[in-house]
Amino acid sequence: MNDIDHSSFPASAESLKTIIADSLELAKSMGASQAEAALSVAEGMSVSARMREVETIEYQQDNGLGISVYFGQHKGSASTASLDPQAIRKTVEAACNIARYTSEDPCTGLAEADLMAREFQDLDAYHDWDIDSEQAIELALQCEASALDYDQAISNSEGAGVEINKRFSAYGNSHGFLQAERKTRHSISCSVVAADEQGMQRDYWYDVSRNPASLQAGQDIGRMAAQRTVERLGARKLKTGSSPVMFVPEIARGLISHFNAAIGGNAQYRKASFLLDAIDSRIFPEFVQLQEHPFSKMALGSANYDAEGVATRDDYLVRDGVVQTYLLDSYSACKLGRQSTGHASGVHNLTLTDTGKDFAACLKAMDRGLLVTELMGQGVSIVTGDYSRGAAGFWVEHGEIQYPVEEITIASNLKDMFAGIVEIGNDIDYRSSILSGSILIENMTIAGEG
Amino acid sequence: MTGLMTSVDEVVLQPAELTVDKIDQVLGQLHRHQIDAADLYFQVSQQESWVMDDGIIREGSFNIENGVGIRAISGEKTGFAYSDDLSFNALTAASKNAGAIAKLGMNQSGRIALQSHPAPTLYQAQNPIDQHSAEDKVDLLKRLDSFTRGLDPRIEQVIISLAGSIEHILVAASDNTLAADVRPLVRLNVTVLMHEKGRREQGSAGGGGRHNYDLFFDSERAFDFAREAVRQASVNLQSVATPAGSMPVVLGPGWPGVLLHEAVGHGLEGDFNRKGTSAYSNSMGEQVASPLCTVVDDGTLENRRGSLSVDDEGVPAQSTTLIENGILTGYMQDKMNARLMGVQSTANGRRESYAHLPMPRMTNTYMLPGESDPEEIIASVDKGIYAVNFGGGQVDITSGRFVFSLSEAYEINEGKLGRPLKGATLIGSGPEVMNKVSMLGNDLELDTGVGVCGKEGQSVPVGVGQPTLKIDEITVGGTD
Repeated sequence: MNDIDHSSFPASAESLKTIIADSLELAKSMGASQAEAALSVAEGMSVSARMREVETIEYQQDNGLGISVYFGQHKGSASTASLDPQAIRKTVEAACNIARYTSEDPCTGLAEADLMAREFQDLDAYHDWDIDSEQAIELALQCEASALDYDQAISNSEGAGVEINKRFSAYGNSHGFLQAERKTRHSISCSVVAADEQGMQRDYWYDVSRNPASLQAGQDIGRMAAQRTVERLGARKLKTGSSPVMFVPEIARGLISHFNAAIGGNAQYRKASFLLDAIDSRIFPEFVQLQEHPFSKMALGSANYDAEGVATRDDYLVRDGVVQTYLLDSYSACKLGRQSTGHASGVHNLTLTDTGKDFAACLKAMDRGLLVTELMGQGVSIVTGDYSRGAAGFWVEHGEIQYPVEEITIASNLKDMFAGIVEIGNDIDYRSSILSGSILIENMTIAGEG
Repeated sequence: MTGLMTSVDEVVLQPAELTVDKIDQVLGQLHRHQIDAADLYFQVSQQESWVMDDGIIREGSFNIENGVGIRAISGEKTGFAYSDDLSFNALTAASKNAGAIAKLGMNQSGRIALQSHPAPTLYQAQNPIDQHSAEDKVDLLKRLDSFTRGLDPRIEQVIISLAGSIEHILVAASDNTLAADVRPLVRLNVTVLMHEKGRREQGSAGGGGRHNYDLFFDSERAFDFAREAVRQASVNLQSVATPAGSMPVVLGPGWPGVLLHEAVGHGLEGDFNRKGTSAYSNSMGEQVASPLCTVVDDGTLENRRGSLSVDDEGVPAQSTTLIENGILTGYMQDKMNARLMGVQSTANGRRESYAHLPMPRMTNTYMLPGESDPEEIIASVDKGIYAVNFGGGQVDITSGRFVFSLSEAYEINEGKLGRPLKGATLIGSGPEVMNKVSMLGNDLELDTGVGVCGKEGQSVPVGVGQPTLKIDEITVGGTD
């Protein structure tokens, strides 16, 4: 089998910076008083194996340039997937043309110059994975095989996948800020189906890392996927009622992301949040700390600067249960009469401090209740905090898992859920820019039979 | 050359100095590998969007995306590569990568003899972006904003978005297919945030389809969306906690058809059924829904958001009956799954863009009407819920479990509508719920043109629809 021709990649940091600088210069020559541009060049390969055979080999090559121009307080934006000079010129022209029609907006423009990042730590985010397509396929086959061989109940497969991705990105603006960085992101995943007389169940497992050396072994991922799938067989419904609910780490982080949305600048300035004027209010119990660590080596959420060049900060979002800050980009900051907090591209390794218990100890602390391992649907309102989602997981008695459950919903209001956090496990899931262990909540409504 | 082929030739091929003959050469080279099928998918697209927010035209953007995806298939194996460079050299390089899925065979490099067979067009090949000036679009949004704000003093925020796109598509495949399409798509949305006595609620409405912006300029449509968004927000301000538990639910006509999309549609896509991972696998000819239910996937509706004159594999649009009087009669197929299952493509091969692999996807999926008067259906429920609007849904096709989220609903007491209810999730198992459909209205409606369907990370526009219908029992995820 042939392999991808790497000669065109990596594009050098300098070549990316040149494209940005040229685009900014072009915008200036067309009359823009300010401009900013972001460029990304990514290359990847993904392979999948299903039922012990190769299924797909995909080669990815994605480019994108986005530019925003400001004519005084009027903004225009445009983007292109093609980086040839003609396409770039057309894109800058389009952005400038749009700026003639957008309204005067006192808050539009670049983030303030003195907020730009000046120090750039090595985030250890680039680690090539030197395998060719045949080796990647071999890895996917091994991963799936360990899932298929795990238990006789495993009857079918959606396959195992290996993905290799490297990305160069650059951002510059007319303050003179111009930076380029490169990051890798590699993953292994597996999803299988188990069957019994009641029907079929499916589940999956995956790992993702900037460094292939720290990925979980393919066979372990396969076994984990199979174990999770088999454990779901024989699921029952629950009776409608209420009980404590514990979220496993990979979905517990979703609760934190709802908090982020509610203290996000957009929701705040539009008054579209259930946590309006939340700064200095106690939203969580006193033991809850939420802190960002933007400079952690190799972590998925690390960044020296956000999408506007604003320096990121090692800081508390929540201290002793009390909200310390909103998550602001320059626009929402202006709307609220504040300064950008460096969150134009989300949070950076936001970490929820644990209460010192591992997963088993958290189950013991719950004693009797619902362990949620999967959520379905979009039933979350950031405006009202109302929360109602489909769920599957396990029923727990005496701190031990009893049987799988499915086709139920859990409901409450996020405000009550945040205030009702009882335990935070130390079983942290590192596969995200939000790092959380299991979260145990005192009480939620469960709907099922009757 | 047909009109469509001429315009795709001008927009896609000529700027890249490509000809049908050169594409034929690339396919011929690919065919030297031991493959069953290969195709090239060219896309040249433009998209614009305008956002009115907080009383001003805050954002405008324009986006261009051009590229080609090359796929080679051998048995159940697929090789895929793509490029945003449409030059012959880039095509050759990408096809080398895609072709590597299969060994070189004995075949001589041959020619495919690509042939185009014009299909009926379901929409006009016109670019909505160019047809009205930026001034006119901005003016429409401003008028709509002040109209919306005038509707109710409790309105705090109004966000209006207008988006339009045009895609020029060319598909060339080793089965001789050569198909061109020019696809417009527009959408307008109004969201309002209302405040009363310390309580805030949101309402949202919108729609569009495969046409230009004329509908928004020349009719009341845009202003109707505004009225609808305001009405919803105002209803939500009065809403009370939704009950929790199993109960009868009456679904209104139109967008609640998202039920079918989740409970039935995804499970009947050919890929899952070929692999045997769907709750509906091996159920052809079996009773999978109540005898009242006849469900179709219809890509042939003119100007609808989910319609395609030809699918992304060049197959002319079709209407496929998925369930007839409760009996499973059809799966939705793309070419690859159809070939592996020994059937024909049903024109459901779709992809998000040139950078994504095609797979079986829905177009416009809806249930045919029944005979009941909608009021009679509500009157038949002693205690339950009447749900008229939904946020969205999700399904696990293997277990058949699906959810969808209420965004406007009312309690039913002794056959009469009561207080509005807060948003909540409904959860059920597709085959079970479809068998509990006990009454069907005579009021089939399709949605207004807002659906986006996600599958394996790919988004495509779709349509849904249904008449009013009653489900005897489903789990409602309220808090009361």
